[in-house]
Amino acid sequence: MDITIIAETRDGGLHPVTAQLVGAASSLGASPTVVCPGGSGGEEACGIAGVGKVLAVTGDCFATYDGGAWAEALDAVAGGDIVIGAATTSGRDICSRIAARRGVSIIQDVIALSPGLNVTHPIYSGKAMQDLTVSGNCVLTLRANTFPSALSGGSAQLSTVQQSGDVRLAVAEAFARASERLDVADADIIISGGRGMGHPDNFSHLYEVADVIGAAVGASRAAVDTWEEIPHSMQVGQTGKTVNPSLYIAVGISGAIQHLAGMRTSKYIVAINKDPEAPIFKVADYGIVSTWEEAIPVLKEELSKLA
Amino acid sequence: MAGIAVLLKQVPDTTARISVSEGRVDESAITSWVTSPYDEYALEVAIQHKEASGASITAITLGPPRADKVLKDAAALGVENLVRVWDDAWESLDSSQVQHALSTVLEGIDADYIYCGKQSADRNQGSTGPGVAERLGLACIVEISDADVSGDSPSFTRSSSTGSERLSPATPILLTFTKTETELRRPNVRGIMMAKKAQIEIVSADIGDAQVQVVSHNPPAEKPEGKKFEGADSVPEVVGLLRDEAKVI
Ligand SMILES: Cc1cc2nc3c(=O)[nH]c(=O)nc-3n(C[C@H](O)[C@H](O)[C@H](O)COP(=O)(O)OP(=O)(O)OC[C@H]3O[C@@H](n4cnc5c(N)ncnc54)[C@H](O)[C@@H]3O)c2cc1C
Ligand SMILES: Nc1ncnc2c1ncn2[C@@H]1O[C@H](COP(=O)(O)O)[C@@H](O)[C@H]1O
Repeated sequence: MDITIIAETRDGGLHPVTAQLVGAASSLGASPTVVCPGGSGGEEACGIAGVGKVLAVTGDCFATYDGGAWAEALDAVAGGDIVIGAATTSGRDICSRIAARRGVSIIQDVIALSPGLNVTHPIYSGKAMQDLTVSGNCVLTLRANTFPSALSGGSAQLSTVQQSGDVRLAVAEAFARASERLDVADADIIISGGRGMGHPDNFSHLYEVADVIGAAVGASRAAVDTWEEIPHSMQVGQTGKTVNPSLYIAVGISGAIQHLAGMRTSKYIVAINKDPEAPIFKVADYGIVSTWEEAIPVLKEELSKLA
Repeated sequence: MAGIAVLLKQVPDTTARISVSEGRVDESAITSWVTSPYDEYALEVAIQHKEASGASITAITLGPPRADKVLKDAAALGVENLVRVWDDAWESLDSSQVQHALSTVLEGIDADYIYCGKQSADRNQGSTGPGVAERLGLACIVEISDADVSGDSPSFTRSSSTGSERLSPATPILLTFTKTETELRRPNVRGIMMAKKAQIEIVSADIGDAQVQVVSHNPPAEKPEGKKFEGADSVPEVVGLLRDEAKVI
């Protein structure tokens, strides 16, 4: 089976999910071609075990993000009966475009994969799972942290290809992030606060814990809507971000179904809430019935001991 | 200016219980159907855009007769043209067929701006917007979190690796929305009266064969019962479990 992987890049290198995409392709018996947008991470990709070859695609279009242009350039050089990307914002965008260019179907956010081709992905925000079979070629995006990473130690050959696409989006104005903090969408550990935090200033306690363990800070919609200081980029849930970290710590969050829709697939969930009946405890692996005022200082101290 | 189109999908209310029977989600058990939440933000911006520019809006949904409700709800907020794409022979459509059907309808509409949600609350795909854009040969900005459609050159904000970016794109363009800062408006009495009279145009399309077949739907894997602790004194024990049992810190 001929599989092409669209590498997920970050800060000029590879995002760790790329090795997971290779791992998934290898499990189908393929030795995939890895295509690196803008050439980022090409050398690194050659070192992933199981990779057949690496194409570093360089072109003017990679200077800014225009999903249409990127897809045009990548599709021009990518062969493959199956194209696999990561289920990130740009991965979903580019892969949808590649599928449409090829007139084939796309299945996003795949969590299980077997030859056939059989794929599983969550529907209704994880309230059910859908098993599908695909006849013919297709494009897939895979959920991060779901497939085992391919090991290092590969020695694939790197070729550089000049290819651009038609850029139609120009940035009129760029705004720097207010803080250097990690975004919830990129974080492996998230600590989120809800209305139970009482006051936006109290989020500083969550930031302190986050700093100890390298976590991102998220929020419930009630927190975002009530307090101007809490930007909506922090919102987790149905109308916010869908996150899938290894550890999600919910503090002063009741666990409304719309909040759960965005975080219930986290590997481990810790809830700190003073109400023993709060619905968040139903999805928590470890529930602590306590006020945050009492629990957070202890949490910070205990985590500091490990650091 | 030319018109505005908005793609609206009907989905089960978020609070609906999703039950699976005989390998399929039991839709007949779902009592409350709503407009997919992100689509409501797309619609809100579309209406603001119409108010500022005077353009008319066409709302399009692909779905069975029950989906007329999302169009009627949109009409109550001031949307003029309502189109439902459907054919009784259609059962479960794959992404390619959905995009094809919606693109066919959009080709017949002179829309400068096509608004839609970043992803639907049932399929959670996020493929329809960029896929339709590709089929129509349009540029597309995905996951817009803020819009200013009050002036002559509307602008849209998306997040970037270093913060956020504002774009003021050439038209025609397709835009997908996440939640924006905007408050969603509610229909007024006049709107509700107008909606009662609004006509829905029903169209079909040639969608080809499905390449993807549904094998089964399943309930999510049961999580083992969590452990619950009383009081802040238990925090050290929980941290120990996170380290030794869960191995996540
Ligand atoms: C269409 C739609 C979309 C939505 N989308 C989202 C979404 O994306 N994300 C989202 O989060 N919500 C969303 N909501 C809102 C959701 O329904 C809830 O209203 C919201 O999640 C509640 O936030 P909360 O848990 O912070 O607040 P509350 O429900 O008010 O809960 C506060 C919790 O804090 C606890 N508490 C209070 N004081 C303390 C203390 N000192 N120490 C510890 N615990 C304390 C309380 O016991 C309570 O459980 C949506 C709603 C709708 C209708
Ligand atoms: N059946 C449909 N009818 C109308 N719009 C749709 C339909 N399916 C998807 N869309 C639009 O495309 C967006 C993304 O959907 P999806 O690709 O299913 O996640 C939705 O938020 C809608 O705006």
